[in-house]
Amino acid sequence: MAELDRTGAAPAVPADWTYAPAPESKDIVHLRDRYGLFVGGEWIEASETYETISPASEEPLAVVGQATAADVDRAVAAARTAFADGWSSLPGSERAKYLFRIARILQERAREFAVLESMNGGKPIKESRDVDLPLAAAHFFYYAGWADKLEYAFPNRRPKPVGVAGQIIPWNFPLLMLAWKIAPALACGNTVVLKPAETTPLTALLFCDVLRQAELPAGVVNIVTGDGRTGAAIVDHDGVDKIAFTGSTEVGKAIQRQLAGSGKKLTLELGGKAANIVFDDCALDQAVEGIVNGIYFNQGHVCCAGSRLFAQESIYEPLVEKLKRRLETLRVGDPLDKNTDVGAINSAMQLDKIRELVQSGRDEGADIYQPPCRLPEKGCWFAPTVFTNVAQSYRIAQEEIFGPVLSVLTFRTPDEALEKANNTPYGLSAGVWTEKGSRILWMAQRLRAGVVWANTYNRFDPTSPFGGYKESGFGREGGLHGLEPYLRFDE
Amino acid sequence: MSRLPIKKTYKLFVGGAFPRSESGRTYEAEGQNVARASRKDARDAVRAARAAQPGWASATAYNRGQVLYRLAEMVEARVPEFAELCSGRDEVERSIDRIVWYAGWADKLPQVLGGSNPVAGPYFNFTVPEPTGVVAILAPDDPPLLGLVSRVLPPLVGGNAVVAVASESRPLAAVELAEAIATSDVPGGVVNLLTGFRSELGPILAAHMDVNALDLGAADGAAPELEKLAAENVKRIIHGRADVQSPWEIAGFLELKTVWHPIGQ
Repeated sequence: MAELDRTGAAPAVPADWTYAPAPESKDIVHLRDRYGLFVGGEWIEASETYETISPASEEPLAVVGQATAADVDRAVAAARTAFADGWSSLPGSERAKYLFRIARILQERAREFAVLESMNGGKPIKESRDVDLPLAAAHFFYYAGWADKLEYAFPNRRPKPVGVAGQIIPWNFPLLMLAWKIAPALACGNTVVLKPAETTPLTALLFCDVLRQAELPAGVVNIVTGDGRTGAAIVDHDGVDKIAFTGSTEVGKAIQRQLAGSGKKLTLELGGKAANIVFDDCALDQAVEGIVNGIYFNQGHVCCAGSRLFAQESIYEPLVEKLKRRLETLRVGDPLDKNTDVGAINSAMQLDKIRELVQSGRDEGADIYQPPCRLPEKGCWFAPTVFTNVAQSYRIAQEEIFGPVLSVLTFRTPDEALEKANNTPYGLSAGVWTEKGSRILWMAQRLRAGVVWANTYNRFDPTSPFGGYKESGFGREGGLHGLEPYLRFDE
Repeated sequence: MSRLPIKKTYKLFVGGAFPRSESGRTYEAEGQNVARASRKDARDAVRAARAAQPGWASATAYNRGQVLYRLAEMVEARVPEFAELCSGRDEVERSIDRIVWYAGWADKLPQVLGGSNPVAGPYFNFTVPEPTGVVAILAPDDPPLLGLVSRVLPPLVGGNAVVAVASESRPLAAVELAEAIATSDVPGGVVNLLTGFRSELGPILAAHMDVNALDLGAADGAAPELEKLAAENVKRIIHGRADVQSPWEIAGFLELKTVWHPIGQ
């Protein structure tokens, strides 16, 4: 070690203040080369396989199973057996204990899961560490508490489990969406066949080890990996009593069609094109932070992302000016770098979709702004983007982009803001920025959206119901209301 | 040569510490000398509870739930010790499950007890439960552990701070519980446990102007007199049963706050 400098000279001031990388170590994650399917408490070989990669580096991470209809059949059979063999008749207080254990183990292994989530999905470690993992654990903790209190949630309705729940989840919050699905299902006494998204199966597969540590009875949770064909096999299966799907509106509609007449329970949490409405009496700097969080959080891979910014004309210029300046400070790059604000786009397919829609924005006549930033050469990346001069009819104002792309529109009166905000087939969420409380509530009353954030955005909590109006789906996840989709009632 | 064991001194639990009674008194129960709390001890306990209550109430419901779950973990680790101080293992296990059950209510109560009110006008109106403050409890004599757990957990999960007088004839389980609480993450002063005579401590707590609610489950014949004393600052009165488990047990220690807010452009 160098001798201490005792001359008293001040250390040299760095020439510039650029960040030094602060990468999170991958050492905590121990991946296997291959993963089978988790069925009946055991790993079974899948007849077909595919490779899952890191979207940031394109390096292969593991080979995972592409479950066929026959594999799904085994998983459903295991779930049926576990349902009949005791899980559904276990006292709620005992079911609760398993869920409390899962919550605790997720808390204990949070770092490992957070790193793996960022490796496989491309999201910044800051977010997987501070949002995905704490919320996933909290979700299990919350629904654990409901397992033996269902009669208080639904008085005089004699709540009973539905049976086997088939659950299909997206790639934007892989473990968190798993928690949103599995926790209420198990709390209500159901068993589960869950399919993680094709591009992000690894935290769901690691979760099977949590189930082992929690000593959850075999077959209560079964994890089958694969693409849309696996999902279709779950939806189609006669032994499944309930389908819960989170994903695109297009697939959601196909599932609803497929289930028509089957009598299966269904909940859908689909796309969105949320309006984030900024009035001229808002706290402007706070609003800018909320706008940035609303659309660039998780690379904009958020169904409730505030992708349409409605600025009141009187503050349009200063707002856009501040917004552009703020974008220059966003750090785009290595998801495992603790400084990173915007990570990798989840897949090449998604990147193509974003590029295509952004090109349509240019073609239709909107003005594009992207801050200067150096994107890594390998991997899937897209710079944070703002479109101004956007007409309501443009595709970038109508279609869900599911990427870090914001369209700015304007309005003059609250009525006009409402009219424009509600002018979409979606209805998942909305944001309102104003210091006037009565206006917040007036807007909230009239916005056709399942969640309205006032002077904040992208807040989630296990106790708070989440879900959409219109083509954003039906059913709620979270809170007391999130129990209902997993129960039937003997009334 | 056999080793002579070290005997435990059975003390009070006040403000997160284990003091003897300032009076220097003890009484014999279950073959042990147990601290006999005085008027001053009771007042100290109320003061500790009052100081700790706002912090406990302002912790998130999720946090309170986790802390109480942690308490269940601590009791689970001492099952054999507790089993010797009550009717046995079954009572201990039921007590643990009850703690877990109440822990789960922390973040669910408002959705069951509160809600929005559809008033006939342009107002958003909602009602939320809030803790009443400091709750004094005369815990039942029997069962010594489950009875105490059944009475202490409801006000606790609701965000109140508690001063409880333990079973008079079988106080050792309460002292053991105090040790479990002290090693859980329950902040000091949120639960205070006194051992001593109900006839002595009951009137002091019932008349104390800084106590908001009174659980008279074990007051028996003294209840009318204690209720009269409690009227001086309009304490909420609960006659808690020794073995009961219900969210309405929590509701008794909650205030309901209704908020009006105008709606308009």
